[in-house]
Amino acid sequence: MRTLALAALALMLTAPAPAHAQAPENPVQENIQIGLSTDRVSITTDFSGADLTIFGALDNADPLVSRQGRYDVIVVLEGPPRPVVVRKKTRVLGMWINTQSETFLNVPVSYSLATSRALQDITYPENYRQMALGSENVTVTPYDRNGDAATITEFTAALRERKRASGLYSERIGGVQFLSQNLFRASLHLAPNVPVGTHRARAFLFKNGAFIKENSAQLVITKAGFEQSIYRYAQTNGLAYGIFAVLLAFLTGWLGRLIFRKD
Amino acid sequence: MGIYLPIAEMSVNMVMLLAMGAAVGFLSGMFGVGGGFLITPLLIFYNIPPAIAVATGANQVVASSVSGALVHLKKGTIDFKLGTVLLAGGVVGSTVGVWVFSLLRSVGQLDLFVSLLYVVLLGTVGALMLVESVRAIQRARGTLPGTAPKATQHNWIHRLPWKMRFRTSKLFVSVIPVIVIGVFIGFLASIMGVGGGFIMVPALIYLLKVPTNVVVGTSLFQIIFTAAYTTIVHSATNQTVDVVLAFLLMVGGVAGAQYGARAGQKLRGEQLRALLALLVLAVAMRLGFDLFVPPSSPYSLSSLSGL
Repeated sequence: MRTLALAALALMLTAPAPAHAQAPENPVQENIQIGLSTDRVSITTDFSGADLTIFGALDNADPLVSRQGRYDVIVVLEGPPRPVVVRKKTRVLGMWINTQSETFLNVPVSYSLATSRALQDITYPENYRQMALGSENVTVTPYDRNGDAATITEFTAALRERKRASGLYSERIGGVQFLSQNLFRASLHLAPNVPVGTHRARAFLFKNGAFIKENSAQLVITKAGFEQSIYRYAQTNGLAYGIFAVLLAFLTGWLGRLIFRKD
Repeated sequence: MGIYLPIAEMSVNMVMLLAMGAAVGFLSGMFGVGGGFLITPLLIFYNIPPAIAVATGANQVVASSVSGALVHLKKGTIDFKLGTVLLAGGVVGSTVGVWVFSLLRSVGQLDLFVSLLYVVLLGTVGALMLVESVRAIQRARGTLPGTAPKATQHNWIHRLPWKMRFRTSKLFVSVIPVIVIGVFIGFLASIMGVGGGFIMVPALIYLLKVPTNVVVGTSLFQIIFTAAYTTIVHSATNQTVDVVLAFLLMVGGVAGAQYGARAGQKLRGEQLRALLALLVLAVAMRLGFDLFVPPSSPYSLSSLSGL
């Protein structure tokens, strides 16, 4: 398990709040910032999952609200969207066979969330639903929009449940910690089977249970040189790749016979 | 020790895979089969996506059969002519198999079809072999009266046209059943990720009456090329061969195979067949169990390409 300390962003922590010339009568709006020191994570041969730390800061935080602990932060790392087929097994002639299926578009491959407090203590469930926040509420679009509503609900729930069971959707309560009144740190987990692609880190700021502001940053997860070369070669030159795999097998079989022969 | 598989896109335990390869290699060396029928289900139990397990299993079979066939090459127990005719059928069967494989994968019934094939074929072959070998053991102990069936009996297969002479096997037989067996094995090889040795060996012995000492070598020779062809076709059409995974299995496998071959020489033929039969039946029952026992969750996810 490695820790990828992905950034300390301490911008504007010491600087005074900038004056908002265009709206002088309004109290200054809080803002949330996150930043990644690297926008790229490489999966190497020994990759077995990793912890990802994202640092962030609040701008223009009200010191009074801060002291009462009424600011809450939720950080989400969302994987690239891909189509997914959910299949359901039912009993046919005593055997469990895939009989029904439902296709969903734009399903985030992974979804990992960290919060500063238990979700129910931050805001109301309907707010989470509206914002599609939390592994229960991830937006998924059924391919067949005119399908039976009950079936779609059932398969949507199954999709989220299977994703959680595989560790690709996870929630870490208390994964966001305030280091000072303005500075916070979010720890997220990258599963060993984390998908490659462009991930999006999003940070949500809540004040007294109300959503204030969101900010996001991109993180590209790629296979490291060797793994990437093999993958790309298999995709683009499947035939040559197959021939190579067979030659490797011949060589291994022949060498194995020479080295380990027992007769 | 973890290692990341570039095609399966997951991290696995390297020592575990080497041990898996070695255990299967030991058994395959002992019984003279490729070991594909063990490695593919093991990979699926280990959460490797079935499509990748099948194609990668075929790649591993190439290595273990090369290793095994070299032993028989030295002893001169390979019938190249018979092997080549079987191979011609194998290429046709394999091509059809890969096509059916893609089709089943797209409709989501690949897992079911592969499991059913395994259960039915392994169950049948295992049961037949067990009965035959137990009778042979009883005969050897003199507890069963009667004589061994005569290998010279002619059946309907020997009345088919287009006869061809296979000198090493001392055989004069029609090419039709030989090609049919080849097609069937090639088809199974591409769908199940197996070399088909566990079917080829009894088919050659009981249907074509090939002498037992030539059967294993010829079967291994033929399987090398069927499995190689299957690997290449899977790689070109489905991109499902994980060469890192295959290499780990091969290294364990070829080492295990040579030790297994030596262990096999210490056992008598019918004892060996009885043990293989039990092993085959155990795999069939384990897979059958999964088909009939309610799964922990009735739902499963797959990407559109089926991986």
